[in-house]
Amino acid sequence: MSRLASLYQSSLGKKFIVAVTGIVMIGFLVGHVAGNLKIFLPPVDGGPGVGMQPDIDYYAHYLREIGEPLLPATAFLWGARLVLLGSIILHVICVIQLSTQSSAARKTAYASRKYSRATPPARWMMYTGSALMLFIVVHLLHLTFGAFGGGFEHGKVYHNLYDAFNNVLWVVFYVGSIGIVALHLYHGVWSLFQTLGFDNPDRNRGLRRMAAVLSVGLFVGFVAVPTAFITGIAKAPDHIESSEIAAHQQDENAVENEEKE
Amino acid sequence: MKFNIKVWRQANSKDSGKFESYTVDNISGDTSFLEMLDALNIQLTKNGGDPVAFDSDCREGVCGMCSMVIDGQAHGPKPATTTCQLYMRHFQDGAEITVEPWRATAFPVVRDLVVDRSAFDRIMQAGGYVTVHSGPKPEPNSIPIEPEVAEEALDAASCIGCGACVAACPNASAMLYTSAKVSHLGLLPQGDPERKHRVLSMVEQMEGEGFGSCRNYGECEAQCPKEISIKFIGMLNREYLQANLLDQANPRGKMSPQ
Amino acid sequence: MKLESKTPDAPLDEMWSTHREHLRLVGPRNRSRYRVIVVGTGLAGASAASSMAAMGYKVDSFCFQDSPRRAHSIAAQGGINGAKNYRNDGDSVYRLFYDTQKGGDFRAREGNVWRLAEVSTNIIDQAVAQGVPFAREYGGMLANRSFGGVLVERTFYCRGETGQQLLLGACSALAQQTRAGNVKMHTRCELLDIIVIDGRARGIITRDLVTGEIKSHSAHAVVLASGGYSNVYYLSTNAKGCNVTATWRAYKKGAGFANPCFNQIHPTAIPASGEYQSKLTLMSESLRNDGRIWVPRHEGETRDPNSIPEDDRLYYLEERYPRFGNLVPRDVASRNAKDVCDQGLGVGPNGRGVFLDFRDAIKEHGHDTIAARYENLFEMYSRITGESPWDRPMRIFPAPHYTMGGLWVDYNLMTTVPGLFAIGESNFSDHGANRLGASAMMQCLADGYFIIPVTIGDYLSRHETDDVSGHPALQDGVLKAQQKVDQLLAINGTKAVEDIHRRLGKLMWDECGIIRSKTGLDHALEELPKLRDEFWNDVRVAGTGKQLNQSLEHAGRLADFLEFSEVMCRDALARDESCGCHLREEHQTPEGEALRDDESCANVSVWEYQGENNTPALHHEALHYNELQPTQRNYKT
Repeated sequence: MSRLASLYQSSLGKKFIVAVTGIVMIGFLVGHVAGNLKIFLPPVDGGPGVGMQPDIDYYAHYLREIGEPLLPATAFLWGARLVLLGSIILHVICVIQLSTQSSAARKTAYASRKYSRATPPARWMMYTGSALMLFIVVHLLHLTFGAFGGGFEHGKVYHNLYDAFNNVLWVVFYVGSIGIVALHLYHGVWSLFQTLGFDNPDRNRGLRRMAAVLSVGLFVGFVAVPTAFITGIAKAPDHIESSEIAAHQQDENAVENEEKE
Repeated sequence: MKFNIKVWRQANSKDSGKFESYTVDNISGDTSFLEMLDALNIQLTKNGGDPVAFDSDCREGVCGMCSMVIDGQAHGPKPATTTCQLYMRHFQDGAEITVEPWRATAFPVVRDLVVDRSAFDRIMQAGGYVTVHSGPKPEPNSIPIEPEVAEEALDAASCIGCGACVAACPNASAMLYTSAKVSHLGLLPQGDPERKHRVLSMVEQMEGEGFGSCRNYGECEAQCPKEISIKFIGMLNREYLQANLLDQANPRGKMSPQ
Repeated sequence: MKLESKTPDAPLDEMWSTHREHLRLVGPRNRSRYRVIVVGTGLAGASAASSMAAMGYKVDSFCFQDSPRRAHSIAAQGGINGAKNYRNDGDSVYRLFYDTQKGGDFRAREGNVWRLAEVSTNIIDQAVAQGVPFAREYGGMLANRSFGGVLVERTFYCRGETGQQLLLGACSALAQQTRAGNVKMHTRCELLDIIVIDGRARGIITRDLVTGEIKSHSAHAVVLASGGYSNVYYLSTNAKGCNVTATWRAYKKGAGFANPCFNQIHPTAIPASGEYQSKLTLMSESLRNDGRIWVPRHEGETRDPNSIPEDDRLYYLEERYPRFGNLVPRDVASRNAKDVCDQGLGVGPNGRGVFLDFRDAIKEHGHDTIAARYENLFEMYSRITGESPWDRPMRIFPAPHYTMGGLWVDYNLMTTVPGLFAIGESNFSDHGANRLGASAMMQCLADGYFIIPVTIGDYLSRHETDDVSGHPALQDGVLKAQQKVDQLLAINGTKAVEDIHRRLGKLMWDECGIIRSKTGLDHALEELPKLRDEFWNDVRVAGTGKQLNQSLEHAGRLADFLEFSEVMCRDALARDESCGCHLREEHQTPEGEALRDDESCANVSVWEYQGENNTPALHHEALHYNELQPTQRNYKT
């Protein structure tokens, strides 16, 4: 621990923390996009009492149960959320401190400035990062807490997505935000290898390509969802949830409630 | 050729400084940038003005003394070139050229285009050496060094310490300089015994000097007159993390009983 | 002036070890009570300061640059000799001694030269231990190349930046000692004068180049490592800041100045291109291995060099020296280049240049072979001139490069002023009348790492550790230095310092350059006082003394060059023979070869200051040849 603390004293150590927390968040994004793409899967049987439901709803439910019975229900989910939250906080704090250090390092700006290597995505990291913070808040309020109303229903992921992405404004907002994510990662992913000291001239081309592929891949993966809904490729939720199933589910819920009581 | 030179004038480190514009005429394309400034200074002297102060010494691209940002680029528009080896034939006749000092808090302006780069020396003093006294030494061929490794160390050691990396970096970071110094000795067997102390101490000194942090822009490499690779920054990071996280903190400590 | 060389009375190969064994020592606990000033941080200064500091002496190190690492040793390209005999090609200390002495045309002390050759191997060991990344062979062993026309491969190198790497090594040791508090580093601080108290050098006066503060520093000994004076020619391969001030001030305080007329002119530099040219850039001599040197055969040639037919080309070196051709020694090549240019056959702007042509070499060996050998040099050439050596012949011209002359020192490297030492290029000791390639760095490091740290102890051990920091001579020195600065600032004439320096340079180049003659030197001696008057009456030094003022720095240095140049001309006049780099028109063979006079000129000429406006006194130290008898060079057959 004392080593981490001393590491944190230097800009190299802070960068290390930024890189490691970045890896955590990239890991999350990869998981997230994998989950999102489940909207393209056919409905699955949610088991007794649930019946047929969109695959993504089933998956969302599954996320709450990971680790049972070893861990209490939702413990894994909350654990993951805490790690993520911690990562974001550390990432942001370090970046703000680094950035403060850097702006103090040059108080008089150049009258004329020409860059030959520093790419726009690299130079915009603070802007894209700040925008992402805003995006995360809006995104959580929107699709986790349902704070913007509409037809939001907890647990009904597919339904909520369908609902949101029939609105062009939301589609534009999400596509734009994901574009920013991609820009942030385009520099961030390669940069973290350099910060961790894994990059060298042998690997450099590969790592830079990987960063490009990853950011473009994530962009395509994430954008596929709103695109699918607004273009109608992803069907309306009532296509899947036939009234019969819905009714059946209601019965099951009733039984469950009775049992609980 | 004729040029309009917009140059930073600052009487001393406390003065706030401002740009002044001058015209120099009858300059041949084979004149170096510094010689063009010499011509400007002679003209200023003869007209009762104050010449522009700028650093230069060897004028063959190796002492690292010359230091100016020309049209927004450290050492001007030509890659792999120090200001003293930049020739006026690379500029358009009649061009307006903006000349500024290195701008970094760690490099305070001394006068006009002259800055104080002693921070670099202090980084070196913190650990950029192999501890040896003068006197009889072991036969050098008793420690064979792979030629590629020696060349790589030389790539790092080619740094002329001019400070263009700091000037070019959007964050005014000194990582390229420090990494070149750390890597030069870190790559060679002679530098091995002191590697841990070296990297920790030099990084600590660098941090204390008020340089910015590295964001892996790569701009330093692009504007470095010796084209020092940012791979050395990767090496420095690895060396630093190794020393901080993996090396034993207390190699001579005892095991405690259960 | 007594010139006791103090050369030990022992056989050559035991001289240095015997001497070391008999020198007095300062005990480790007493060393920190002695303060030593080292002026200059090049190879000699940095290695001396760091070595002495590591032994325990308190060292004050001074450089006018912003960092010790920028001293001009950094620009040495080629390499450093070491008699290691790694190539098993018959090299030995004796051979290096022989080559150095012969290269110097037998105008150096045998004992010093032998010691230099002997210590050369230690230098390589020391540098490698410091982490100097010398070139290696595939098996990991140190690589060597041949250099300067010698018959063995003994030169160690780091690409074309050997000087940089050796200096970084020495400066890294200096940095460590600075951090440890044993060295106090004074950067951007220039020596203005030397303080002699009771006949001993006890301090220096400096000007802080940033604040303008003039200050005194006292010590128990002063070591000058302030380099050479090639900038007397204005255009030279030296750095802009290189100057004669420290050695000149020492001279004026009683130190003898030896052989000031010995200055090496390097044959392959890029010629000056125009009015504002501020320095000359050296190109490696290795270019002469494949390039052919020529000029148009007829004056007034206007054709493009590529379209000049073979018959109209004058390959003057090949014609005059059929056996050695383009590979004649430096001074012969330089002389002939000047000669053809004086005949009006020179090429390029001002007609001061000759062609170095690779056309035939490319035809013979192919593009790839030539590229492998010279690509970086070609690249450097085209960067500076904007012309490609692949398409048109290079233009080259000789340039002042190194000065063998300097302060007279004895075997302990002490000048005629007790307590004042001179090392590296600033002394005269080892190179005679001409310097062998790749030997400059060797001498600097030999002096700094291995000789001065030992010999200074002998001197210090004989003296008290008294403190003279309050001595009136120091305040007086500050006052005088301040007066000189004020005087320079007060002239307020119309000419820029550069203008006068450039004129001094031209005069010296014409009359005391590659070829010297009595008429020319007399003319120079007539002109120099006029130029000096003009300087002191009509120069304009802008700004004040209380700030960073580069015109003032330059003016101060030029003032000393203007005085020094006179002694240089006097020495050239007094040396009534041709030897090494010094060619007197009156002393040449019918074929135009240098004619040495071992009967009456086998000596070192040492000049002693006799006061302002008085002709300096000339003394001689006779040279003795016990090991090697002088032979006449012959490059014709």
